[in-house]
Amino acid sequence: MSRKITREEVRHVALLSRLSLDESEEAHFTEQLDRILEYMDKLGELDTREVPPTTHSVPMQNVFKDDEVRPSLDREQVLRNAPRSDGVSFIVPKVF
Amino acid sequence: MDLSALTIHRLHDLLVKREVSVTEAVRHFLDRIEALNPRLNAYLTVTGEKALEEAGEYDDGRRDPNRSPLAGIPLAVKDVLCTEGVRTTCGSRILEHFVPPYDATAVERLKKAGAIFLGKTNMDEFAMGSSNENSGFGPVANPRDPSRVPGGSSGGSAAAVAADLCAGAVGTDTGGSIRQPASFCGVVGMKPTYGRVSRYGLVAFASSLDQAGPLAKDVEDAAILLQAMAGHDPRDSTSVDQPVPDFLAALNPSIEGMKLGIPREYFMEGADPEVDRCVKEAIGVCEGLGGEVREVSLPHTEYGVAAYYIIAPAEASSNLARYDGVKYGLRAPDSRDLTGMYRETRSRGFGAEVKRRIMLGTYVLSSGYYDAYYKKASRVRTLIRQDFVRAFEQCDVIVAPVAPMPPFPLGEKAEDPLQMYLSDVLTLPPSLAGIPGISVPCGYASGGLPVGLQILGPHLREDLVLRAAYAYEQAVKDTLVHPPLAV
Repeated sequence: MSRKITREEVRHVALLSRLSLDESEEAHFTEQLDRILEYMDKLGELDTREVPPTTHSVPMQNVFKDDEVRPSLDREQVLRNAPRSDGVSFIVPKVF
Repeated sequence: MDLSALTIHRLHDLLVKREVSVTEAVRHFLDRIEALNPRLNAYLTVTGEKALEEAGEYDDGRRDPNRSPLAGIPLAVKDVLCTEGVRTTCGSRILEHFVPPYDATAVERLKKAGAIFLGKTNMDEFAMGSSNENSGFGPVANPRDPSRVPGGSSGGSAAAVAADLCAGAVGTDTGGSIRQPASFCGVVGMKPTYGRVSRYGLVAFASSLDQAGPLAKDVEDAAILLQAMAGHDPRDSTSVDQPVPDFLAALNPSIEGMKLGIPREYFMEGADPEVDRCVKEAIGVCEGLGGEVREVSLPHTEYGVAAYYIIAPAEASSNLARYDGVKYGLRAPDSRDLTGMYRETRSRGFGAEVKRRIMLGTYVLSSGYYDAYYKKASRVRTLIRQDFVRAFEQCDVIVAPVAPMPPFPLGEKAEDPLQMYLSDVLTLPPSLAGIPGISVPCGYASGGLPVGLQILGPHLREDLVLRAAYAYEQAVKDTLVHPPLAV
């Protein structure tokens, strides 16, 4: 049975999306994603070579606004949900 | 006075005539919530004190219920919309203690119209699900049969309306998340045209698909709610800059001469025969009202599930990257470094379905797979959209079932994600096309299980959808038998 996605690939995708999976989750997700991706092969039945992609279902283009400063939230409001802050910035663990 | 099962418009009449006070109305719902929410789990947060305070402002004359159709009306809001000062979880442990510093535009507009909020309703985590079994705070029970799902992802809002725990509610629909729970709970639910209601403050799942909309006890209520929420918003660059029609003026009990398209692909083999019966009977009623029924074809219907479950998870994988423990929400303690914090926070905070979709989305966008999956699905999306454009050349609205089955038992599909995805087959294509759609109750399968009728219209033609829904609803108002609630 050819697999659409391997455990290796699931591990890689988990890394890219900043998720850590234990052994059993990895096995479980691999099996589920494999079946889902196999189902997706269905789209191969359609010849879409001449069909443009749709990214936006309603006609709309380049919605811009003027570069003007408008009222926003103040610092206190923004920091209110911070897991850790010094009242000025968000404090996070060291990068490395 | 018995306040049970009052619609928004009926309650408004009573409030204006001062036959009922706003405080009495709020207390009615708060009492019901206290009695029934432990069983249903429809609400995650109840803002009773605040609601009573606001009711007081109406009853001592500071505010006037006559000002607008929603003035003093108690509503529930799905927990995916930001409400200033009120906890907003999106059904996720990663936002369990998150309190937004601002209101979503849809919420702001309802507030401006005078509505009072009773609380925030339960939902599938980050709107990912069709049964409300993916909530980080427990599933919601269907008030029609608590052993069954209410549908999802707006299961809490649908159950709250069905069980009279509010006068009306706000939900969101990305692939059917208003229409399907409305169908499963026996209430009205509408997804407007993509862009009709601002997404500012609507926590993003799939940005090209998400839309907020009403869940209500009847079509007139749905129109009232939609009218208040709809309209261009400069803070949402995807919101449509077109005037909002008068939706209430569209409510006409006559559909004489209206062309109703019946899509053959939506009546599938293997679908539940009772759902089929209820929907076909409803179509018969519409014909009896002078609607001209004709068969149409939406040939790419069978590809909708595959296209959607590539596109939506792809967009979700990007939208959910922000949940990293830095600025808000859960942060895993004792992380060695920043990357560790991201990983531990997200692994601890997200449920299985969310992780599954993030990984699926990341995979289909990754180098080497982007063309084969995401780009391909986007092209199929064009074909699906074109199906509807062509169909609407033959008809004014499309009439079909909402789901191929009545509400299923809790746990039945929870272990098989693909089975769950396949159950969305009839609501996904309209979402991909961005067209408006409603679910209106049209009968019951055995066991008192609600069945909804789906009515779809062309872009920005909510008026046609509402008109057809209203005409049907009024025609069966005295003959459609509603079994009592199971709670």
